[in-house]
Formats: sequence, structure tokens, C-alpha cells
Amino acid sequence: MSSVFLARLQFGLTAGFHFLFPPTTLGLTLVILILESLYVRRKAEIYKDVSSFLVRILGVVFVMGVATGIALEFAFGNNWSAYSRTVGDIFGPPLAAEGVFSFFLESVFIGILVFGRRRVSPKTYRLSAFLVFFAAHLSGLWIIIANSWMQTPAGFRMEAGRAVLTDFFRAALNPSTVVRFVHTILGGWITGSLVAAGIGAWYLLRGRVREKAGLLLKVSLAVFIIAAVLQLGSGHAHSIQVTRTQPEKMAAFEALWETRTGAPFTVFGIPDEKAEKTRLAVRIPGLLSFLAGFDTETKVLGLHEFPREERPPVFLPFAGYHLMILFGLLFILMAGLGVILFGRKRLPDTRWYLKLLIFAIPLPFLANEFGWIAAEVGRQPWAVFRVLRTADAVSKVVPAGDIVFSLALFTAIYALIAAAGLSIILKLARHGLDGPPAAGPQGGA
Amino acid sequence: METWDLLRNIWFILVGVLLAGYSALDGFDLGVGILLPFLAKNEDEKRSLVRSVGPVWDGNEVWLLTGGGALFAAFPQAYATVFSGFYLALMLVLFSLILRAVSLEFRSHAVGGKKLWEAAFVTGSFVPALLFGVAVGNVVVGIPIDAGMEYAGNFFTLLRPLPLVFGLLGLAAFLLHGSTWAALKTTGELQARARKIGRAMTVALGALFLISFFAVRIYLPGALKRVPAWTFSALVVTALVLLRPVIKKGKDGLAFALSSAVFLCLWGVVGAVQYPALIRAADPSLSLTITNASSSALTLKIMLIIAIVGMPLVIAYTVYAFRVFKGKVGLDDAGY
Repeated sequence: MSSVFLARLQFGLTAGFHFLFPPTTLGLTLVILILESLYVRRKAEIYKDVSSFLVRILGVVFVMGVATGIALEFAFGNNWSAYSRTVGDIFGPPLAAEGVFSFFLESVFIGILVFGRRRVSPKTYRLSAFLVFFAAHLSGLWIIIANSWMQTPAGFRMEAGRAVLTDFFRAALNPSTVVRFVHTILGGWITGSLVAAGIGAWYLLRGRVREKAGLLLKVSLAVFIIAAVLQLGSGHAHSIQVTRTQPEKMAAFEALWETRTGAPFTVFGIPDEKAEKTRLAVRIPGLLSFLAGFDTETKVLGLHEFPREERPPVFLPFAGYHLMILFGLLFILMAGLGVILFGRKRLPDTRWYLKLLIFAIPLPFLANEFGWIAAEVGRQPWAVFRVLRTADAVSKVVPAGDIVFSLALFTAIYALIAAAGLSIILKLARHGLDGPPAAGPQGGA
Repeated sequence: METWDLLRNIWFILVGVLLAGYSALDGFDLGVGILLPFLAKNEDEKRSLVRSVGPVWDGNEVWLLTGGGALFAAFPQAYATVFSGFYLALMLVLFSLILRAVSLEFRSHAVGGKKLWEAAFVTGSFVPALLFGVAVGNVVVGIPIDAGMEYAGNFFTLLRPLPLVFGLLGLAAFLLHGSTWAALKTTGELQARARKIGRAMTVALGALFLISFFAVRIYLPGALKRVPAWTFSALVVTALVLLRPVIKKGKDGLAFALSSAVFLCLWGVVGAVQYPALIRAADPSLSLTITNASSSALTLKIMLIIAIVGMPLVIAYTVYAFRVFKGKVGLDDAGY
């Protein structure tokens, strides 16, 4: 196996595993912030109790995100040193800025959230909750800036084979940054809020601590409903951006081989890259053109427009993109049902819906991963779109054997912490809301 | 001096400040991690030690992430050479930091066995504490680098005697710093044991520093003749000489301040010996310096703005957080 393939496999594994945690953090910190704001305003203990319960879960999710995030900062130098040499001038600053502006803020104030409830006033505690929420989102912004620059690079020129920064704001606010940031944040809100709503539903189904569980469900489901609906708009805007700035990537998402007007949206299909056609395709005529330009006569570029060696793979981006959309539509359906049940005041008693919320918990995680796979595999064969090939980005001095060794250890260690982390989170979720408050790092708070 | 050169010099110092800040802060929780089995005789004592670092270790570790990010942004060639060249060694550091990061949280919930996560915390503290010094030793002593700035040695090149002495020197500094922190945050027998280890470490660290000092004098003639190198070396020795009686008298706050100062001054020596090289090559003409390894002037300027805006805030709320958690750790309080 080549070093390039192994390095990609390692990055995919480590980034994909890491990407389970930050989105959860985004949603959980929002729900916690809402609960703490309600606590300061209404002064009822129930808000504090439910929030403290979520803080314990956030604590575990957060350390797993920290632990797995370190690997990624190392990775650009470890496995992708040619990448770092070529584009470090532009790619380095957002990572450093993320440390200076976000990591410090987040880690210092999560210390206060988890350990400092009795050492600070409710207002300071709410401020800490806000700062953790703010820092987590700012962190997302910096990392999306870095990643979006790989998708739609701007604000630089090439000098002796190296990218040199010419305009910081054009590089940071490149054509895909804003829409990808909104899309990723909403994905995080959907993820974290559904985790919280699912836990609330679980307690309601068992008839335990109904008041607290009802509050948890109400607040988190409200976030879920809003985020799920907004995500439809952000997803659409993101797709239009991809069509305009990375047409070959959109062609791969849609397995569109020929350039055409009245391009159909392929609802289902199995792209065959060798034969360059899509088998068992179910298509809606004109819909892709309509979505891309609000007109069924909009011309959409097909893969044949691009030289073979510059085309992305089709199967993974197609499958990832379509599964993500499928889940997104399902979330909107769940949101709509939630609104109806909420309006009829039947939410806490509709058992099938509560069960649906619990069983749906894994789906946002999958949707995030599918969307990420579509975005990153769809960028291939480039590390930086039309600037630097992935094959030229890999470290020259690292032998394939070393990568196999580290890959094996990553797999083993991540399997261990995934198993341990999941069992701890399940334990906290099952016994936290009504259990003895002494369990866990919250102590007697 | 043209602007670009000025910026390169500023960033040489700032990367050094971040790494020194990392050592002085994460240094004590790494030290406490290694000392856990030697200091604590029962579960209550273990919990005291773990709680003393629980709320702050993560913020401390961010200094390393930010230092690494700053190195990447300011000197991408140096970042690329070290991280790809020291691949296996850095993977060991990385796996240690990953396991260590989850160990305290997981240990407190006792899933998968308390012993396993305790071992992860201790080992995960020991391996980086040893290897950081070995890595610094290698870039000071010099490593084989080719004309394309790529590392031309292998894993065993890193294990030469002098870098290993640097590794032990670093380890002793972490242990000293961990013990002064433990003495500051605990009481009773636990505190007495911490003070005893602290006193022993001043001697060990002093001896290792003198060995390294004279070895570097032989190995890199002239490097230590620079004024800052002499000054910082003298400060390291002075702080160590003062530390022993200060620990004995039980002035734990002052002792912790002095062991922090030792760490900062050690970095001062390293910086003075290295400048203007970041990574010394076996063939000095191939060294990575602040000139040939740096980013563009624009990038360095933007990074400086980021640092000027961001770092005062960081220092302000880090001080605030330490004040929130100040004082001796109690077992009835919130914590692991």
C-alpha cells in the first residue's frame, strides 16, 4: 500500500472519529446556555439541575474531543509535511488563531462549568456557559476557514512552488467559508440537541423525573426543530456554492456525467465510474438545474467536462451527499411532527414519538460524517483545490511501515476510548437526572 | 533591520514564550501525573492530587497546541521537518497525550477499571515529560538534514547520549515542578512527601544541568559565551540553590514560583544557544533558521496582531481561573 493511501486512511480515521465530538459540543453548549439563562432569570432549581446533568455529559464529550483533536494538529506535520511546507503560510494562521482565541477560552471556562458551580455566582456561571458556547463556535469558525481554503482557495499567489498570503481577509472569507460554517454549526446543533432530546424522551418513557425530563425535552427539541428547518436553507445555499465554485465536485455528488440544461436530480442510483453511467437511477427531471439556478434551463456541468486525472471519485461523494440529504429531510419531518405534538400539548405522552427521538440519536452523527466524506472525497484528487495534489502533499521521509504502525495504534486506542467513553456517557445519561448527585466529577454540586 | 527580519525575531521569541509557558503550566500537572504512585499512599491522597490538577490541566495543555500552531504558522518549514522527521517519537508523545487527556475523566467514573486509567495518566505523563527534553536536545545538538530541509536520520539517531541527558534534565524539571505544586495544594503527610521529593529534585536537576552545560560547551564551542546564555544559566543555578531552603521552610508558594522560574530560564538558555537557528543541522549550512524557515512578512504580521489581541485576554482569564480554584484541595468539594 502506498504512503499516500495510508496517510489518507489515517487522516480519515482520526478526523472522522474526532468529528463525532465537536458537533455534539456545539449543540450541548447551546442547550446548556439556554438552561443557565433561564436559571438566572427564573431562579428555579430545576433549570440548574437539568443543566448540571448536561454539563456532566458535556465534560466527557469535551475531553474526547480534546484528546482526538491533538492528533489532527500533529497530522499536518507528521503525515502531510509537504502540504505544510507548500501552504503553511496560509493554513498555519487559522490553526494558531484557533488556539489563541478559542482553545484557551473553552478549556479554561469548561473547567469552571464542570468543577466550579459552587465557587462562582449563578451569573458568573451563566457567563462561563456563554463563553464555552462562544469559544466552541469560534473554534469551528477557524477550522472551517482553514478547511474552506482547501476547497476554494483565495487571497494568495504561488511563488517558487509555495503559496504566499496576499490578502488575509480574502483567504479567510473565501467563497465557501460562510456557508460551510453555517451548515456545519447547524449540523452540530441538530446533533447535540437530539442527544439531549433523546435522553429526555428516555426518562419520560420510563415515567421518571417527569418534570425535569419534560424540561430537558422541551428546550432541546425546540433547538432541534429550529436547526433542522434552517439546515434546509443552508444546505441548499451550500450546494449552489459548490455548483458555482467546484462544478466537478457537484457533478460527482449528483453523478452527472454529461453537461446539460434541464439536469435531473438523481434520487437513487449506483454510479459506475468505469462505465461512466449511473445504474438503477431514479431521476426527477430538471430538478438539479432548478435547484442550482431556480430555472430548469440552468446549465450544469458534467464530469466529462473535466480531464480524467482531475475528476473526483464519484461513488463515495454521491453516496455521502445523498444519505446526508435523506437524513436532513427526515429531521425536518421529525421537527414538523414535534411542532404538531407540541401544539396539541401531547408531546410528553406520545410514546412512539419519544421512541423515535431515542432511536434517531445516531442519525445526525451519521449525517455529519456523510456530509464530511462527500465534501472531502469530492475535493480529490486535490489537497488544495486545483493548487496542490493530495499525492504531492504527503511527507516524503515517513516510511509506509511507520504509518502502518501508527495506524494500528490509533485504531486500537480509539476503539478503547470509544468503548469506555460510550459506556460512561450511557451510565451518566441513565443515572444522572434522578440519580445521586455525588456521582461524577460534579461532586455535591 | 527590515520589517520581515524584525517579525522573524519577534516570532522566535514568541514561539519560545509559548513553549516556556507550556512548560511552566502543563509542567506541574505532568509532574504530578508521574509522581502520583510515589506521592500518594491511599485513594484519598490520590484523589487530592488528581483534583489539584483536574480543573486546569486542559487549559495548560492548550499552551502546547497553541505553541505548535504558532510554530506551524510562523516557521512552517521547521514544523514540517520536525514533525515528519521525528515521526515515531512524536507518535509516542501523541498517544500518551490522547490517553492522558481522557484518563482523569474516565478514572473518576471507574469504567474499564480505575487501575487502567490511572496507569494511562501516569504513563501518559511520563513519556512526554521524557521525550520533550530528548527532542529539544536533538535540535540543539544538531540532526542530519538534507538539502531539501528533510530529516535524514532515523529513530535511533534521536537516542544519542547528549539528547538523552537533555531528556533526563527535562524529566527532572517536570518532577521538581510537580512536587512544588503538590506541596502547594495539599496538606499533612502528602505535603511532607512532596517537599522531600522537591528537595531531592533540586539536586538532581542541578547536577543534570551542569553536565548538560559543560557538554554543550564542548560540543558547541562559543554557544554559551553569549550574554543571555550565561545570564539564564546563572539564573537557573541561583533559583535551584535558593529552592532547597525555601522548600524546607515550607514556603510553598515561593517554591512553586521558583520552580516555574527554573523552567522559564531553561528555555532562555535554549533560545540563546539556538538563535538564529530553529533546528541545528549536522552540517551547519543546512540548519533551519528564522530566515529560511519562516512564513511571509504578511503572515507574520497578521499572526502578531492575533497574538497582541489574544494573549493578554488569555493571561487575564487564566489568572482568573487559577484564583477561582486557589487554595488547598478538599475532598468534599467538586472534583474528580
